[in-house]
Amino acid sequence: MLRYILKRMLIMIATLWIIVTLTFILMVSIPGSPFNSERASNETVQANLEAHYNLDEPYYVQYLLYIKSIVTFDFGPSIKKPDQSVNDLLGRGFPISAELGIVTILVAVLSGVTLGVFAALRHNGIIDYFAMGFAVLGISIPNFILATLLIQQLAVNLSIFPVATWSSPAHMVLPTLALATGPMAIIARLTRSTMLEVLTQDYIKMARAKGLSPWKIIIKHALRNALMPVVTIMGTLLASILTGTFVIEEIFAIPGMGKYFVESINQRDYPVIMGTTVFYSTFLIIMLFLVDVAYGILDPRIKAGRKGGK
Amino acid sequence: MKTNKTGSLPGSPSQVPDDWFDWKEKDKDAGETVSRPSLSYWQDAWRRLVKNKMAMLGLVFLILLIFMAIFGPVLSPYEVNKQELSNQYQPPSSEHWFGTDNLGRDVFTRTWYGARISLFVGFMAALIDVSIGIIYGGVAGYKGGRTDGIMMRIIEILYGLPYLLVVILLLVVLGPSLTTIIIALTVTGWVGMARIVRGQVMQIKNYEFVLASQSFGTKTPRIIRKNLLPNTMGPIIVQMTLTVPTAIFAEAFLSFIGLGIQAPHASWGVMANDSLGAILSGNWWTLFFPAFFISFTMFAFNVLGDGLQDALDPKLRK
Amino acid sequence: MEKLLEVKDLHVTFKTYGGTVQAVRGVDFSLNKGETLAIVGESGCGKSVTVNAVMRLIPSPPGEISNGSIMFKGQELTKKSEKEMRAIRGVDISMIFQDPMTALNPTLTIGTQLMEGLKQHQNITGKAAKKKALEMMDLVGIPNPEERLKQYPHQFSGGMRQRIVIAIALICEPELLIADEPTTALDVTIQAQILELFGKIQEATGVAIILITHDLGVVAKIADRIAVMYAGKIIETGTKREIFYKSEHPYTQGLLKSVPRLDTEGEKLTPIDGTPPDLFSPPQGCPFTARCPFAMEVCDKVYPANTALSDSHSVDCWLQDERAKQLLAATAAK
Repeated sequence: MLRYILKRMLIMIATLWIIVTLTFILMVSIPGSPFNSERASNETVQANLEAHYNLDEPYYVQYLLYIKSIVTFDFGPSIKKPDQSVNDLLGRGFPISAELGIVTILVAVLSGVTLGVFAALRHNGIIDYFAMGFAVLGISIPNFILATLLIQQLAVNLSIFPVATWSSPAHMVLPTLALATGPMAIIARLTRSTMLEVLTQDYIKMARAKGLSPWKIIIKHALRNALMPVVTIMGTLLASILTGTFVIEEIFAIPGMGKYFVESINQRDYPVIMGTTVFYSTFLIIMLFLVDVAYGILDPRIKAGRKGGK
Repeated sequence: MKTNKTGSLPGSPSQVPDDWFDWKEKDKDAGETVSRPSLSYWQDAWRRLVKNKMAMLGLVFLILLIFMAIFGPVLSPYEVNKQELSNQYQPPSSEHWFGTDNLGRDVFTRTWYGARISLFVGFMAALIDVSIGIIYGGVAGYKGGRTDGIMMRIIEILYGLPYLLVVILLLVVLGPSLTTIIIALTVTGWVGMARIVRGQVMQIKNYEFVLASQSFGTKTPRIIRKNLLPNTMGPIIVQMTLTVPTAIFAEAFLSFIGLGIQAPHASWGVMANDSLGAILSGNWWTLFFPAFFISFTMFAFNVLGDGLQDALDPKLRK
Repeated sequence: MEKLLEVKDLHVTFKTYGGTVQAVRGVDFSLNKGETLAIVGESGCGKSVTVNAVMRLIPSPPGEISNGSIMFKGQELTKKSEKEMRAIRGVDISMIFQDPMTALNPTLTIGTQLMEGLKQHQNITGKAAKKKALEMMDLVGIPNPEERLKQYPHQFSGGMRQRIVIAIALICEPELLIADEPTTALDVTIQAQILELFGKIQEATGVAIILITHDLGVVAKIADRIAVMYAGKIIETGTKREIFYKSEHPYTQGLLKSVPRLDTEGEKLTPIDGTPPDLFSPPQGCPFTARCPFAMEVCDKVYPANTALSDSHSVDCWLQDERAKQLLAATAAK
């Protein structure tokens, strides 16, 4: 287990290093470097930039100092808003985005797994067809289109939910729905297919032959094994939810990090784009690592130090 | 006399005529009847795909879509970017089948033009992914050992990179255009394909039938053509049908955050993004058509991919 | 002797897209307390389906026990509700499966899986359950049971896993143990050990065993009686001695000829040509006709009656008819 964690950790660090290096290379190679004085809107900004990126040093020193600043969680200044750094934006936006993200994951996992399990138990039944039809739709409709649709129908036409901002639980319903539907559909499909496979395994037959009740078999024997693959895709889902927050926050005018990020892209506020990207990537890569570790804990074959899988 | 359910009468010997007690003439083929005509792998897969109604729906939709992407703009009397400001926001009519947008442009023409761009981005991205993926994965899988170990570590490291974030980063630097979008989408996109190819090759390399043909002295190209290819193609094709919609979605997403294809090109993503505001003022058609086609295309690829997965899996052969 | 299980005219069908498969087509057999019955046959002959029907573990849909009766200790199992069956499974009748590699849940410890059945059926403390589990581990011959209880299936070898599966099946002290090809997936040396274990546990617990196998070697070792199944029917049944030395059905004889034996060294092995019939549309007459070296006109037309050759030995074959015997004699004279 320890070896497994160490190995995953090394890979994580390598991935982090690549993303940090990539941003650095891109930053210095941007045509008309963001550090050119004419780009900076005023002197304060220019001073900020020079202080943060040590522009008078040679590249390798800049590079090392850049890595150091990231390790110490300092993601640099903004060039459009002189009195703000990426850290300020993170401080304001991240809690809101995190709230949206966590609620979304909870909704997606709980409803996705439930849907998938019931579809598998009623294989080729009405629930199965309904759930899978719904899941294919959920995967096919991009979240920004779904979001617009929800606003148009439930907020504007029927006025059930408020449209914009993030000020009450009612405000959270539509953004969460728009963001969670896709991941939920993916989880439901995956849960269903692994559940169907697990249900044909001999150990399920064995559990039946022991005289266990159906629910006990499903929860104790089937679900845990069926959820293993779901755990493995949680990293990918997290990434898609995170990028989903960019558009959802923009559409619903939620003052989260995603909205700031899209703004910075539209204004070509390079240091903010780079800083935020590094922050997002770090966050995701660490999450991916945690998912891997969780998987290792859940699967005794890995815990014992062997390679998993069948 | 007792009759059981199978219809065969357990003999009541007295009722059986005596002349039935004679040796039966030997029927040479008896017991060896082949119940199923032998079909090639692809014929069999196709037969099963055709049975899958949803997959066929997807396939037909995609064929029609490709046809319209090629001929749609030609069939329409309107120019893609021709602005008629006097004709803003016309609802669908016999003149403008899908209505007009905020600049009086014909949505019908633009939809098919957008299909060209979106499909082009999707197919190009998939094609490049597949090419790199097959080479990288094939080499890693076939060489095995240390080479494979190193190549797989690289993949594991790249796999952790958040796809869309890297794409955004690249486009911020390179500037959005048709070419740069395709490049950005494929820079990390090939990793998944390489993993699949490598897994397949590794698995199949050691299959007994491949070893067997090697020991019969079959030449390598023939082994690849006859054994490796049909058995690796399935998962590759399935992965491709999933790459295309991912790329189409990514392109639409990029348009949305301001990194999409720039005017005068119009992809579905750009069209949808341009009309997000319009829907609140009741001009639903400007959003509906691009949104519908993005969604239905994704849907079509998804169900086709599912169908192919079922059809191409030799284990499911019935 | 006291009858433990009596199966009469059992029919099991599966409804599939291709049509209805008549997997079991009127099977009769019985089993006494403490006895070992082997059901032998080629794959797909319905032997697994038969015992799964006894456990009422036929997946429904598509499967269904369409006719017949299964009497266990005077209770009609086919009439029991699913809930009533759960109280019987694992308690009175247990089952073990072919592949010990997949019969154990990879994510639960051996201890959990062992004690699970006990906790389900008996009001028992954790301590008592553990004591019982250790006893069972000991009975099936697993060293260091205390330590091993905490381990996961992947930490055991195939033979050890099968021992654990047997322990799980026996922990509630059932009267009937159904073993579905219990040694097929194991190495030959391990097979012998497991077969020996069956003898040992039968002695220790007095459990009756139904053993499903296609391997006559396994049968020779531990069975008291043998039922030979073909195309969903039992075509011959008798004591081990009767089947091995006095078999009357051409199929049974064919099976025996296709097994290498030491006492008839030098004799050639003869495979049975052809394949079993399609059970979508089973033949009206004897299903073995197409492959039978003694096939007569009648065989195709009417299914043969069951002829008793002794108290324990009976066979479904037209060759037992007087007229067939005359025909045989006439042919031999030529």
